[in-house]
Amino acid sequence: MNNTLRDRTTRSVEPSGLESRRRFLDYLLGTSAVATLGAIVYPIIRFMSPPKIIESTENSVVAAKVNEVPVNSGKIFKFGSKPGIVVRTDSGELKAFSAVCTHLDCIVQYQPETKQIWCACHNGQYNLNGKNVGGPPPRPLEEFKVNTRGDEIVVTKA
Amino acid sequence: MQEWLDERLSISALSDIARKKEVPVHRYSIWYYFGGMTLFLFVVQVVTGILLLLYYRPSAENAFESVQFIITEVQFGWLIRSIHSWSANLMIATLFIHLFSVFFLRAYRRPREMTWVSGVVLLFIVICFGFSGYLLPWNKLAFFATKVGTEIAGVIPIVGRPVLRFLRGGDDVTGATLTRFFGFHVAVLPATATVFLAVHVLLVQLHGMSVPPSLKAENVRKMKFIPNFLLRDLIGWILAIGVLAALAALFPWELGEKADAFAPAPAGIKPEWYFLFMFQTLKYLPAKILGMDGEVLGIMAFNVVALLLFIVPFVDRGQENRRRTLIFNIIGVLALLYILVMTIIGYVT
Repeated sequence: MNNTLRDRTTRSVEPSGLESRRRFLDYLLGTSAVATLGAIVYPIIRFMSPPKIIESTENSVVAAKVNEVPVNSGKIFKFGSKPGIVVRTDSGELKAFSAVCTHLDCIVQYQPETKQIWCACHNGQYNLNGKNVGGPPPRPLEEFKVNTRGDEIVVTKA
Repeated sequence: MQEWLDERLSISALSDIARKKEVPVHRYSIWYYFGGMTLFLFVVQVVTGILLLLYYRPSAENAFESVQFIITEVQFGWLIRSIHSWSANLMIATLFIHLFSVFFLRAYRRPREMTWVSGVVLLFIVICFGFSGYLLPWNKLAFFATKVGTEIAGVIPIVGRPVLRFLRGGDDVTGATLTRFFGFHVAVLPATATVFLAVHVLLVQLHGMSVPPSLKAENVRKMKFIPNFLLRDLIGWILAIGVLAALAALFPWELGEKADAFAPAPAGIKPEWYFLFMFQTLKYLPAKILGMDGEVLGIMAFNVVALLLFIVPFVDRGQENRRRTLIFNIIGVLALLYILVMTIIGYVT
């Protein structure tokens, strides 16, 4: 009964055009809804992602004074926004590496007892060539070049 | 007056529901209290958290000093801060007890699957609360815990890096990270937790308390929720306040040293106890397993276990089956043992 009534009404208003017009309106409404949602969500997502800060391009830095790093000791220094470590070995040789542990981003330190670079977070160990020799670190520490200029230790990215 | 209110707010309908609510009494009834206890400790967190907000300043320059000010200058500041920290830890403990008791009593079975799922979501929200709140005092331990924690998110293939930058507010843990974590801790997580908590509690009311399948539901005695069970709950809560006050007074939560982005990680650094079992596992994993970085594999494994937690009620379904029950019990006991043993090793070494 209802169907017959609807059929009759449909036919009387717009025999063939109504369905397609309705579909068109639905499509219009749907796409506008998606577009509106996109216009709201896109800026929110972009806002949440932090802007890239241009890293300092300095290639070389004064890490410490020569007398600040005695034999069999290490010192953390600032290399741009990242920490580095300069070590003076038993033989008096100066070595410098990135101080960021390759395991999970902690900051390493020099251990005079074991003569190794050590990460306290998960017991990662590196030898004085920066090679990962124990614990979970998967890669060696990045090595830097070291020079002395007067009483300053200058570290340069290799 | 009562009539006027009732006509507008349907109070009598609500009180009828509360009066009709019953709690089964059997030898496992004790475990029913841990959900309510977790909720109570959450309320303590909300109240003490709001109080701390009156003085806390969320920036790398001021955060440490403001917490120092709270515990040294503000009247009862040491107490409020200590209770906030202790209550957070106790809440996670009661939450774990609640999780395991629901697991072993099979309380997640039909029709309570969504109650379990909402509970697991709440577990992860609470862990995020713990992780984000830990950084807020901006001390050395928190700084490195956050470095490691966010790096863990960063090693997940494909999505890891964007997630890490989103969490840190950049490539490194800086003041931007602190501001973000503060936002998560006091706005995003409380809002999300409230929604899931409402759903969780509503579902518990809808389905009533679950009677373990090993007991015959029709033979189980029942007690009224109001006043019998509620009064017992209250005793628990009063005890909890006593324990919190005692812990806060006898073992005030330490503040430590201010974070320094250019200082090595301090020796003996450890995460909060509820992350210890994962921390210890990461320590044991070799650098390379089957050509993959050990930590990536370990972290992926923990993620898989977390996902498995969600599907527990959809795997253990249908008729009660002795063999399946046994398998689930063994898995539960092994998981519990693993967590306990690794936590103890992490604590003593």
